[in-house]
Amino acid sequence: MTTSLIIPPALILICAGLTLPLFALVRLRWLVLLASPLAALWIVLTLPDGIHLNGSFLGQTLVLVKIDALARVFASVFAIMAFAGGLFALNQKSTLELSAAFVYAGSAIGVAMAGDLITMFIYWEIMAIGSTLVILSSGRRGQGAGLRYAAIHMLGGVLLMAGVAGEIAATGSVAFTAMDLSTIPRMLIFAGFLVNVGAPPLSAWLADAYPEASWSGMVFLSAFTTKTAVYVLLRGFPGTEILIPIGLFMVFYGIIFAILENDMRRILAYSIVNQVGFMVTGIGIGTEMALNGAAAHAFTHIIYKALLLMSAGSVLYMTGKRKCTDLGGLFRTMPLTCAFGIVGALAISSFPATSGFISKSMISDAAGSEHLVIVWFALAAASAGVFLHAGIKFPWFVFFQKDSGLRPPEPPWNMLASMALMAFFCIGLGLYPKPLYDMLPYPVDFVPYTGAHVVYQLQLLLFSGLAFFLMLGLLKRTMTITLDVDWLWRRPGHALASFLDRFGVYTWEWFADAVVRGATGVRKALYQHHGPKGLFGRTWPTGTMAFWTTVTLGAVVILSYL
Amino acid sequence: MTDQGTSGAQPKQSKPAAQTASDHWLVRPETIRRLWIVFIAILAATVLGDFFVEHHPHFGVDGTFGFGAWYGFASCVVLVLGAKALGLLLKRPDTYYDN
Repeated sequence: MTTSLIIPPALILICAGLTLPLFALVRLRWLVLLASPLAALWIVLTLPDGIHLNGSFLGQTLVLVKIDALARVFASVFAIMAFAGGLFALNQKSTLELSAAFVYAGSAIGVAMAGDLITMFIYWEIMAIGSTLVILSSGRRGQGAGLRYAAIHMLGGVLLMAGVAGEIAATGSVAFTAMDLSTIPRMLIFAGFLVNVGAPPLSAWLADAYPEASWSGMVFLSAFTTKTAVYVLLRGFPGTEILIPIGLFMVFYGIIFAILENDMRRILAYSIVNQVGFMVTGIGIGTEMALNGAAAHAFTHIIYKALLLMSAGSVLYMTGKRKCTDLGGLFRTMPLTCAFGIVGALAISSFPATSGFISKSMISDAAGSEHLVIVWFALAAASAGVFLHAGIKFPWFVFFQKDSGLRPPEPPWNMLASMALMAFFCIGLGLYPKPLYDMLPYPVDFVPYTGAHVVYQLQLLLFSGLAFFLMLGLLKRTMTITLDVDWLWRRPGHALASFLDRFGVYTWEWFADAVVRGATGVRKALYQHHGPKGLFGRTWPTGTMAFWTTVTLGAVVILSYL
Repeated sequence: MTDQGTSGAQPKQSKPAAQTASDHWLVRPETIRRLWIVFIAILAATVLGDFFVEHHPHFGVDGTFGFGAWYGFASCVVLVLGAKALGLLLKRPDTYYDN
């Protein structure tokens, strides 16, 4: 099965990213941005199952390129996302952002196709670097957020590396297969994965950092970090029950914080945590249908979330505004952006005939089939909440609501084209899910479009819509933020750090001062006694010496008689 | 209900009344009133749809008449009120971290 002719799809995108600054010609740069993801996608889709490239590192045999159904689902949607993101971001002036985004996308594909723990870890860390640079490249606001993001992901990376090292030491194998939580190294690997998936208690990193990226940066960020974490959880910890409460927490945390939020892209950031919560719950349920549902939902989610963020990114690009309180009424002059945003909003809400419906309902149905009563009712309530917090709230406050007086034109053609492509996938997969179902790791025995299913879903969503409009007074946006866990490291943590900083500087200065004072004192004393005028330094008359010699001798004589 | 919708869609006290006639047809009060009528008709149709499909409830209560409708509505009310309560505790001016 091992061939040496294969080009790893991950390397195609990473090389494209690294060489991008060398292409001075804009059209050539566009070609790289559009052709490299398509080349990667073609390889991912045509490569047969199995191991395609081995390597060796520290005496271990690494599986650099391996593909099976699960890996193909994720690697292909990552490649589609890199293409659509590249198309959307053609007007992005920051070469750093585009380069970093492609390295980031490539390493996400690398994680999906890694056949062992070490390869997975290396790509995992390249992703952390790439994504941090995407955030940092957005300018002043991105600086602090980027550093906080990097700190959290370094913590996650350290947990993962400790776990991987421990696992290899304990088992002697680098294989990345399904594990349980029976040993400490495996718990550490699990914890490292949970940091990236946006699980509590550190979920706040996502809504803190992503909205500070540029109008195009967040489109890339939304796709890869959390979904590679979903992928590794699917591969490494399917059916781990603790994931069910973790996932449900994420689902409701995302909804509640999104309801309170005023920044349009932070609303969508919280809704990433919410949607990933559905996938994490599915992984925890662990039946074939639930795991299929989690994988399918990751695929459809990447596409509709990118569409929503492209719509929001276009508004930000054309108006420079990001707060709901500053926006409204944009449907007048941005009807296409508005329409594409609505398609994304319907898909995230799992409206029948959209991609969200054919994927999320698999997870809910799996909970029902397993008779997990609390999980099923919680997921149903959350499905209603998704329509409320993202499905209506985002388009309503950005494109309708009040007339903000803003009259921005539609964004450039390439941004509209990438939104059209993603909207096509959202509706296409919703109406014809077979190509996606055929890719899933287990055979699909699930019919999404039954009369009962469609009627129930329409009731759930439309009455959520009714609730939204009846409670509009309560949902009115205010110029506020909502404190999240990141408060701990942005306020008390920051205060502690500056205290330790000042304390350290003070202590050091006191110590340095004491040393200088001590040294000066010694020097002065030496000078006083041994200097030209010092007692031991000056020349004495012979008589004085004879006198003191006599005194000393006398003393010795007296003492010897005592 | 209609009042709520109208006030929600048209909170532009600062705009003169004459503006509404020349404004986009979608935000005119007449259109919004019609949209509400259509919306309520669709809501009623989805609930009546329960007569025509056979549900396969997993737990019992999920088979009650119009379950999706009342459960979806109630969930949203609880979520919004819960969020508002949490907001009382955790909301800060959006310049909070800038200081």
